[in-house]
Amino acid sequence: MVATDREAALRDRVFETLSRVADPEIPCVSVVDLGIVRDVRGDTVIITPTYTGCPATAAIERDIRAALDGAGLGDIRIETALSPPWTTDWISKEGHDKLRAYGVAPPSRNAVQCPRCASAHTEEISRFGSTPCKSLHRCLDCGEPFDRFKCH
Amino acid sequence: MSERFRHAIRLGDDALVLGQRLSEWCGHAPMLEIDLSLANIALDLIGQATHFLGVAGAAEGQGRDADMLAFRRDVLDFRNCLLVEQPNGDFAQTIARQFLFSNWQELLLQEICETSDSALSDIARKAVKEVAYHRRFANEWAIRLGDGTQESRARFEAGLDWMWRFADELFDARSGTPSLRPAWDERISGVLAEAGLETPKARRGATGGRDGHHSEHLGHLLCEMQFLQRAYPDARW
Repeated sequence: MVATDREAALRDRVFETLSRVADPEIPCVSVVDLGIVRDVRGDTVIITPTYTGCPATAAIERDIRAALDGAGLGDIRIETALSPPWTTDWISKEGHDKLRAYGVAPPSRNAVQCPRCASAHTEEISRFGSTPCKSLHRCLDCGEPFDRFKCH
Repeated sequence: MSERFRHAIRLGDDALVLGQRLSEWCGHAPMLEIDLSLANIALDLIGQATHFLGVAGAAEGQGRDADMLAFRRDVLDFRNCLLVEQPNGDFAQTIARQFLFSNWQELLLQEICETSDSALSDIARKAVKEVAYHRRFANEWAIRLGDGTQESRARFEAGLDWMWRFADELFDARSGTPSLRPAWDERISGVLAEAGLETPKARRGATGGRDGHHSEHLGHLLCEMQFLQRAYPDARW
């Protein structure tokens, strides 16, 4: 029971620490918001890459290591797991709000909404965008070009 | 060499060589959006190759990691199919290659998702989501080029004509997937019908990549890709 409490406390501390680690390419959201940090098991934190070739993967692991060390959690190990594969369904509600405020349309199965004027009258310009996780769109009402987090 | 090593090497080499080929477009594509798309697809494939070659290295058990397998193997030891090493040609030829490959790769990965080798099926489950994007991109462009202008149609037909002879190899026993052929044929002919094009007639296919018998193009590709590690072994950033 005591051990369980300690584990829960450690888990909270790890998540709290990592909720301040920004994604290197979309710095408005943290690695926790994006669902990259999956779990804490014993003394190991489980992380998962977004796309297999995402060039930010190495930077993310380095930033997580630095944050853990800085918070006195230097003995926590980092393990990368591919399964289950990352999905945008794991992006938190808070993450969606932060993305929208940053000018990136959050992933949604419905019509793509302009992050500036909220119009759903938008079109896709390019299925692939500035990072593997985004596509390019344009608002047909206010004219804003914007990135969209792809549903994945 | 175990069958597991050979299987993982084939998967890794296909992805690596096509990823390297597509990266040649970076900064040269006809439009910025296409530049982004081709570079993104290349990146996905190189990511997949890193994982598959990692599994191959572990299966071999000789201490070779993904980088060692990518940069320190000679051309005769590569086991990719001939299709992926073919030159980019013009944009239409690149799309023809991608169209044939991504439709096949998606079916292959879907099958691997269901196998009991968890190291490979974990990678496949992740990669198959990425490849669905590649397939959609290639299919849309196949239709746009085929059903576009006389010029785009002629170029796409010429590209498809060049690439078609390498399709059979995707389904030979060494690729382990003759059973995928009917599903692939259906996909390909469906898209080509939408593009207003005939499915090319069967012809004698070129094979040999799975045995290390490559076209002359692969050696040139490797020269560029492997230059740094060969000139400065163990160089690091």
